[in-house]
Order: sequence, then C-alpha cells, then structure tokens
Amino acid sequence: MRTLILKTASDYLLPILLLFSIFILLRGHYLPGGGFVGGLMASIAFVLHAFANGLKDTKKLLKFHPGFLMPAGLLLSFLSGLLPVILQDAAFMTGLWLENPIPVIGSIGTALFFDVGVYIVVLGVTLTIIFTISESA
Amino acid sequence: MTQQFLLYPLLWQLFLSIVLMFAWRHIQIQKIISIVGSAIGVGLSVALFYEVWQNGTLVVQAASWKAPFGISFVGDMLAATLVLLTSIAGLAVSSYSAASLIPARLRFGYFSIFHFLILGLTGAFLTGDIFNLYVWFEIIIISSFVLITLGGEKAQIEGAVKYFTLNFLASIIFLTAIAVLYGLAGSLNMADLAILIPQIENRGLVEVAAILFLVAFGIKSAVFPLYFWLPASYHTPPSAIAAIFGGLLTKVGVYALIRFFSLMFVEDVLLDQILMVIAILTLISGGLGAMVQTNVRKVFSYLIICHIGFMIAGLGMFTELAIAGAVFYLIHDIVVKTNLFMISGLIYRIKGSNKFKELGGIYKEYPKLSLMMIIPMFSLIGIPPLSGFWPKVSFIIASFDTKSYFILAAVIFASFITLVVVAKLWAEVFWKEPDKFPKKKHFLYFKKMTLTKRLQMILPILMLTGVSLYLGFGAENIQQLSMRITGELMNTEHYIKAVLPNN
Repeated sequence: MRTLILKTASDYLLPILLLFSIFILLRGHYLPGGGFVGGLMASIAFVLHAFANGLKDTKKLLKFHPGFLMPAGLLLSFLSGLLPVILQDAAFMTGLWLENPIPVIGSIGTALFFDVGVYIVVLGVTLTIIFTISESA
Repeated sequence: MTQQFLLYPLLWQLFLSIVLMFAWRHIQIQKIISIVGSAIGVGLSVALFYEVWQNGTLVVQAASWKAPFGISFVGDMLAATLVLLTSIAGLAVSSYSAASLIPARLRFGYFSIFHFLILGLTGAFLTGDIFNLYVWFEIIIISSFVLITLGGEKAQIEGAVKYFTLNFLASIIFLTAIAVLYGLAGSLNMADLAILIPQIENRGLVEVAAILFLVAFGIKSAVFPLYFWLPASYHTPPSAIAAIFGGLLTKVGVYALIRFFSLMFVEDVLLDQILMVIAILTLISGGLGAMVQTNVRKVFSYLIICHIGFMIAGLGMFTELAIAGAVFYLIHDIVVKTNLFMISGLIYRIKGSNKFKELGGIYKEYPKLSLMMIIPMFSLIGIPPLSGFWPKVSFIIASFDTKSYFILAAVIFASFITLVVVAKLWAEVFWKEPDKFPKKKHFLYFKKMTLTKRLQMILPILMLTGVSLYLGFGAENIQQLSMRITGELMNTEHYIKAVLPNN
C-alpha cells in the first residue's frame, strides 16, 4: 500500500536521515556513534524509501547492487589499516593523523577511513539482506 | 626484512577475499585469482618461515599499542610452521575445488569465503592474545558454516546443524573460560598470562578455567567424548571442503591445546593425567569407529578422531620427546588428512559413489592413480620410512621414559587398527571386482572431464603426496624442526621475552 503522505515525507526524510547518519559517523571517535551505527541509519533511510515508493524505485535510486558496497567498504578499511605499514613501516592499523584539524569534520586520520569503510560495509550488508528478503516475500 | 612481514600472509588472504568479492559473478576469474593468489600466499609463508628460522621469533603489536594492552601477533617457530602448512593445504584445495565443484556451488562466493577461512586459520596461529584467538575462531566457524551449507542439500543442512550447534557450544565455553581467567589475572595477553597465572592464589579457580579451556578446545579438536559432531557432518559437504576441514579445523584445536598447556597452564599433574586418559580413549574409540564404517569418507572422518589421540597423548606425557612427536604428528597430519579427503573426492568422481558396496576395481582401471593414492594411506599408517612412522617412534620412546604403558598400548593398537582399516579400504575400493551398477545420468565422471580439470584435481593430490614423501624421507630435518619448536615451547621465557621485552 502506498500513501501519498509517506511518499512525500520520505522524499524529505531520505536526505535528512543520510545527513544524520554521516553526522553520527563523524562524531564516533570520542562520542557514541561511529561507522556501525551510522551505516545502520543510512540503511534505514533507504528502507524507508523502499517502504514508501516500492523496491524498484529504491534500486533505481541506488544505481548499483548494494552487495557491491561490501567489498568496497572492506577494501577501504583494509587499505586504511595497511597505510601505516606502507608509509612508515609501523604496525598494521597504527593511527596516522594529519596535524591540523579540518573545520566541520575534525581531525583526519586513518581511523576515520576505517570507520567510513565500516559504514559502507554495514550499509551494503543490511541493504542486501533486506532487499533479498523483500524480493522473495 | 622488517617485523611487519609477520602479518603479510594474513593480510594477503584478507586482500584476496576482498578482491574475490568484487568478482562475485565471474567464477572463471575467481578460480584464476584464487589459485594464483594461494600460490603467492605459499611464497609469503615460505618467506616468513625462513625469516623466523633464521632470525627467531617475530612480534607485531597491532596498531602499535604496547603489550599487554594491545593485541600482539607472535610468529614463533610453531606458528610459522603451521602458517606454512595452512597455505600449502590452501593452495592444494583451491586448485582442487576449482575442478571438482559444480558451478552451482561456486556461484555464491565460495572462493571468497574459502579465503576468509584460511585467513581465520592463519590468524589463529599467529595471535598472541586469547580474546583475539576467540575472534579468529569465530571467523573460522562462520566461514566454515557457510562452506558446509553451500549447495543446500538436505544431508548437508542436517550435518551443518550438528556441526554448528556443538561448535557454538564450544565457543560459549571458551568465552566463559576467558571471562574466568580475566577475572583472575586481569590480562588476556598470552605472554603476560604466562607470568601472571603462577602467581594467582586461588588455584582451584585456575584449575576450573583450565578445564573449561580443555573442554572448549576438546570439542573443536574432536577428542573423546566430545567428537560426535565430526563424523555426523564431515561426510556431507563436497570433498574439497571436507579436505580443508579435515586437514586444518580440528588441528587448530590441537594447536590451541598445545599452546595453552605448554605456555600458560604448565606443571599441572591432574591436567596431564586427564589429557592422557582422553588420548587413550580417543585412540581406541576413533579406531573402532573407523573399523565398522562402510563409507570412504566416514572411515576417514573416524581416522581423524583416532589420530587426534596421538597428539593429545604427546601433550599429556609432556616430555621433550613427546611434545616433539606431537608437533611432528601435527605437521604430518595436516598434510595427509587434507590429501585423504581429496582422494575420497577423486574416488567419488571416478565411480560416482563413496560407499564400499558400490565401489571396486579402481586399481584395474587406473593403476598409476591408485599407486599415487596408496602413498598417503601408507604414510597415514606409518609404514617406515613414510611420515607417520617417525613421530610414533618418539611417542613410544617417550611412553617408556614416563612409564605410561597404557599410552604405549593405545598407540600401538591405534596404529594396527589404522593398518587394518586401510587394508580393508584398499581391498574394497581398489581390488574388489565391482558389481554392475547403473551409471548415473547427470553426473560428470572423471573419464569425461577435460584434461585441465583432471590435472587440477590430480596435481594438488600429487603435490601433497610429494610433501608427505618429503616429511618421511627428510624426517631428520622435520625432527630437527620439531625439536626446535619443542625447545621454544618448553622454555616459555623465550616467548615472554619476545612479547614483553621490558619484563
């Protein structure tokens, strides 16, 4: 069942929820939040969109299969762990940080990219699971 | 070469599985990446082995957090050897599964999950932190659960449920033991614990933790009376998967037992006696189980259990020679068991069955292949000078030294039973005149396979047979390696110094 109210609301909610998920992702280093929770929120945004507009529209919106996000996120996390090994011959996953923090985002380091990778993996996994279930139902 | 090299074999497997996920739909590309990648993995492991052999233990503190606060990765001789064997078995099975598995099974990311499994095994061997070990065990369980159910046949699901339930139980017990130990000692770094555990006053609770670890690893390594999940599940997945399971999964449990009871819970008389009793019962019950089976893969499953007993016996006697025997046997067993399950798959491809009564006459049809298959079986029995023989010599001498004559009897008994079982198998599968059985219609028999596929199946078996032969004829080198590993295991200061240089 598609209602006009939900459909209209979801058009506005999708970008807001995605923005909020990125906010949660970025505050995650010292405060509650991080890649896992952020990724779940982002996937909720898409699930809501699918609820309101149907699965087909959401897939069109995403342009590619969400399963593709899993290896992409894993690769990002893996490379952020590998970076210190390549650059400084330090142990795997050692944190490397830029000296000056960037406004809005804060300090940038390998840990941030690791978390972004987690965000992408969680988004990919959740969407793959939910899309598969709703397709077969 | 730097210390960081220790993690390269591990990171390489992770990288491979990520790349394989990108090629999700292209099975042909996945096969090439997996085989070539596994070969490079072997190269990395050889380099690591050589490095550790030359320059001693390598240690990496993950994320540069100093031990005991961070996670340590320790590559001592035992870990480096097992990583090398894992990668060799991985290469063999990777090539073997490319040829022997039907595309329907490969379609859902088989190779990616397979490399995750190898990653978990490598990590479990390298880690120096108990909780991290638990995490690697979880990676192993999850990926093996996917592998065992891929294809979704009814028998597979049934086997998988048994497999998963009991292994999950083992994980819970493992976690409980970790909690108890952390409550007692306040650390989970293995080297740190080796210092802390002897100082704990509450000996009773230390004993409880040790027994909990013993039960957890006992389930994983399938010792008596905790082995029932193994024969119920190992014959259900395709033989390529059973090969990596039979060769390596139970051995991780044995590795953990050796590590725990030589590094942390040492000089515990009660524990040694329990281990010896378990070993004797495992040897006898596994051997008797193998006698009555009439399915090639079930026979091999019971033989896995039976031979776990040898390693536990070596650990239980806890003399230098006995541990060296256990380590030698571990090395031999990984190679030979992986090979045996691949052979069972080859038999299945030739005849379309694994049941004794539907088999026979393979020797007449394929005399050369049969001769190749007999070598691993002979080394399994331990016919001199093949690889199974030498560790048994160590066990027998050690059991005279420690006056544990029951172990002596059980070791000899189990060796004889293995001989009888293999002789029976040879007679039934290779010699017997086959009954006329209708050929299956939709089944790719070995004869109809293309030459590349045949080679992909036979070369891994040939390679592992070659390794087995080297283990037997180059026994002096392997014994020297085992003695060196034993020296490192018995003298725990070496391990502790490497991880905690300031202590």
